[in-house]
Amino acid sequence: MLADTLLNVIVLIAGPVIIAFLGAIFGLLYLGVDRKLVAHMQGRIGPPIVQPFRDVDKLMVKESIIPDSAIAWLFKATPILCLVGSISLLLYIPLFGQNAMLTGFGDAIVVMYLLTIPSLALVVAGFSSSSPYATVGAQREMVMMMSYEFPLAMSIVVIAWRIGLVTNLNPFMLSTMAAYPIWGLVGPLGIVGLLILVFSMLIVTPGELGKIPFDVAEAETELAGGLLVEYSGRNLALFYISNAIKSFAVVSLVVAIFFPYNLSPILGITATVPAVILDVLFFLLKVFVIMFICVIVVRAAVARFKIDQASKFYLLIMSAVSLVGFVFILLDVII
Amino acid sequence: MGLKSFKRALWVYHLNTGSCNGCDIEILAALTPRYDLERFGIVLVGSPRHADVLLVTGPVTNQMAPRLKRIYDQVPEPKMVLVIGNCGVEGLVFHESYNLSGPVDQIIPVDVYVPGCPTRPEAIIEGVLKAWLKLEKPVKEKVT
Ligand code: SF4
Repeated sequence: MLADTLLNVIVLIAGPVIIAFLGAIFGLLYLGVDRKLVAHMQGRIGPPIVQPFRDVDKLMVKESIIPDSAIAWLFKATPILCLVGSISLLLYIPLFGQNAMLTGFGDAIVVMYLLTIPSLALVVAGFSSSSPYATVGAQREMVMMMSYEFPLAMSIVVIAWRIGLVTNLNPFMLSTMAAYPIWGLVGPLGIVGLLILVFSMLIVTPGELGKIPFDVAEAETELAGGLLVEYSGRNLALFYISNAIKSFAVVSLVVAIFFPYNLSPILGITATVPAVILDVLFFLLKVFVIMFICVIVVRAAVARFKIDQASKFYLLIMSAVSLVGFVFILLDVII
Repeated sequence: MGLKSFKRALWVYHLNTGSCNGCDIEILAALTPRYDLERFGIVLVGSPRHADVLLVTGPVTNQMAPRLKRIYDQVPEPKMVLVIGNCGVEGLVFHESYNLSGPVDQIIPVDVYVPGCPTRPEAIIEGVLKAWLKLEKPVKEKVT
């Protein structure tokens, strides 16, 4: 009995640490792949794939300056808050083809709320550093948060609603979504609707991650780094890492909602070890493909939107697109 | 570990202190596909707080002198200063002009001088290499 509780406690403590490490490593790795591929697309050689690790390593040895006019405790607390928010995201999302660490405790709605925490931490960081550039960046980040929320919520809710029609399990659970892959449930019209929802989810992803063309809040060229303009050294490194973790988590969320398939049941591999290895590799491949489509190619191909364009794009166009997707799925159910 | 990755991940901040823009264009040229400084991990950043290296071009006008000093102070330690172009090295055509506060090394300590008018991108890359060597030197001396 006591040994069991002790074991549980150890798992509860060690699990998040391990997941945080894996998230950081793979997040940074994907960031490196991203930079390398973008460089290739622009006809450059580009930095080695391990470059983000070197960047973090370097930032760790730099001095962390806290500006005189900043609110010191908030300025120091927000990087940690941002990191914690990103890591707790990872705990609720199924990773590597396995169940989520906290499976059964939180659903897609919790994940949606948690998604705002790193962004909120960035906003507070921007305001607390009391630099005009950072303040403008923080306001822009808030506008972006409000803009992409609707299409994101629409995709998740519509899919949960459709799954809820065929099962009594809580359809918002990501494990339910994995048990009833959405593509098998719908007819031809529904497939069209789903493709539209996937599209809107893929467009929301770069906005959520603050990547080009939606990096209005950081806008190197006009805002000199925006939100993070006053950050240096270790604090900047924490933001860097949490951004990498968040990218990994958000893309994993897309995978978990739309492509929760595992390769091992399809190929009929039952032995645990090869099945796990296969699933992990397949998961990494899925993450890479989605990242490639919605971050890497987009980043190399287009320039940055203005803040009003980005906001209008999400609020009007993407909302309309996701509603159209919803109507298609509705028609599919009715007919 | 620290210093090794330091020299493989230099983030540079570029400051124009009254140059004719020739050298600034050459710095940008060093980042283009032909020379591609990013393959050495060198990135142009928008804020002096993120920078490891300050690239200074131009002869430092009276107006820019206090700002140069201030931006230098904003760069977190450890930092390096590279002067790009003859202007910043010794004044060039602006030498002894009435509105100059002198070449860059009169205002802030300079680590590497990269001459040329304008400097070639190859020279800028060589300058960064010199900065690496300079970073390595104290480390080696400490060991022996
Ligand atoms: S060194 Fe020559 S090219 Fe460079 S800023 Fe001075 S005058 Fe212009």
